[in-house]
Amino acid sequence: MTTVLERPRAKAETRSKSLRRYGERPSIAYLFLSPWVVGAVFLTAGPMVWLLYLSFTDYDLFTAPQWVGVDNYVRMLTVDPHFWNAVWATTKFVVISVPAQLIAALGVAMLINRRSRAQGFYRSAFYAPSLLGASVSVALVWRVIFHDWIGHPDRALLALVLLAVWQFGAPMVIFLAGLQQIPQEYYDAAAVDGAGPWRTFLKITVPMLSPVIFFNLVLDTIRAFQVFTGAYVVSNGTGGPSDSTLFYTLYLYEKGFVEFKMGYASAMSWFLLLIIALITALLFRTAKGWVFYSGDET
Amino acid sequence: MSRRLWHPAVILLLIPLLYPIVWLAFASFKSGSEIVQSLALLPEEWILDNYRALGDDLAGVSAGRFFVNSTIVAASCAIANVASCSLAAYAFARLRFRLRAPLFAFTLATIMLPVHIVTIPQYSLFQKLGMVDTFWPLILPKLLATDAFFIFLMVQFMRTIPRELDEAARLDGCGSIRIFGSVVLPLIRPALVTTAIFTFIWTWNDFFTQLIYLSSPEKLTLPLALRLFIDTTDYNAFGPMLALSALAIVPILLFFAAFQRLLVEGFATSGLKG
Repeated sequence: MTTVLERPRAKAETRSKSLRRYGERPSIAYLFLSPWVVGAVFLTAGPMVWLLYLSFTDYDLFTAPQWVGVDNYVRMLTVDPHFWNAVWATTKFVVISVPAQLIAALGVAMLINRRSRAQGFYRSAFYAPSLLGASVSVALVWRVIFHDWIGHPDRALLALVLLAVWQFGAPMVIFLAGLQQIPQEYYDAAAVDGAGPWRTFLKITVPMLSPVIFFNLVLDTIRAFQVFTGAYVVSNGTGGPSDSTLFYTLYLYEKGFVEFKMGYASAMSWFLLLIIALITALLFRTAKGWVFYSGDET
Repeated sequence: MSRRLWHPAVILLLIPLLYPIVWLAFASFKSGSEIVQSLALLPEEWILDNYRALGDDLAGVSAGRFFVNSTIVAASCAIANVASCSLAAYAFARLRFRLRAPLFAFTLATIMLPVHIVTIPQYSLFQKLGMVDTFWPLILPKLLATDAFFIFLMVQFMRTIPRELDEAARLDGCGSIRIFGSVVLPLIRPALVTTAIFTFIWTWNDFFTQLIYLSSPEKLTLPLALRLFIDTTDYNAFGPMLALSALAIVPILLFFAAFQRLLVEGFATSGLKG
């Protein structure tokens, strides 16, 4: 996702060829990279393969995994009603909170994007909730403030959506930096042509900002799938009432670390990876239609 | 919008946004029954009992212990991340080796990898190493540069350093290790500080990983200590719960107040540079 924003890669490649003249030994690179290599092999790549194996087993952490074939996947997809409740709760949360958060972020970014000494202060103030929002402290505040809501299925989910939207400062500061890179001349030209604010927004701001909108959209969607703390604290770890806040990660935690059904939880993990990869691929697909790079020939 | 209306409009938006934090600060001085009964900002009666109650042991451990544990974990993670990510970033940004392109692509891809994907196999690994219920499962991944976001941030920073500086140092006979230590590191100091503070704050807040790995009372961190309050339906516990919640976010607010420009800009430009 991040690579889409750095087109001038080729230039760096040709420049780095000049290093060869100095006879750099490649082994020194692997020395610098050695902690990363150990981490990548033992904590990222290896675990993903191990996870795939575990997803075909019955495993409780304390006795050796027992091969059960596709049993976990079959049970997950056809028998377990909570699994689909979790998928449904997470889908609702992602579909509502991501656009809401991005709209709030873009709106506020445009509002505070003007030359003023106060801009830096405002930017920080709007950003502050993003640093606090993932904490148990704030989740507990939500639990008390929305006390009357969390017993009601739809409103409990809405309280969590509000908690997510409350943290719009993170995408907001990225939007703001993007807005500040749009040349003022474009707006001046639009003003001369007599374009109104809405037309200017649609014809200049949105296309010029589209790589940043795309970046935020992908990042926020992936982030929304991983929300855990708020749901755990607000529902007391149950995902209730009636599974309305049973986010995928919460159910995964319950299966894996409360019931110790690690094989089943592994199957759930792989399914989550598949879903996220699929959605990211879809977003990249649509990007060709609406994301505009100023470096592009078209 | 006219300039005169701009400030009031922005402030009008900020008030509800910051309300929950301000509310928390004041609510920590209210009695339990008042907390449940009203959402008013100011306490009817100011009390210090909530903070005094934190002096009593929680799960047999004093609240100070939770602060010490959280500080040990967050500070270790911050230092480990700065060290390991800067080493990896230097290799990706400046050194030539055969697998650079595919390995860097792999790193970028892992930025998008949800932590929950590797949680179970990592847990099983740390269990075999006898590290469950220690701080190692939290710190070791940082020591091994698994936080790809910060590698990316530092690579972006290093790309802005003119290569002539490296090459001049190289002509003077410096090897890669000296160039890294005395040319590159000092020049990317903002990225290092940004990495340290973000890692500290994110680790300080992190609930999921600490929840699965730590269980003995004397090892609990602040998020886990706060969790002990969730089960309670006793209104009298609400006061101390909010007092500890308020204290738990003080370090974050202090860091933010001190480094806000660096944090916001480090975050904002991570996706735009290059």
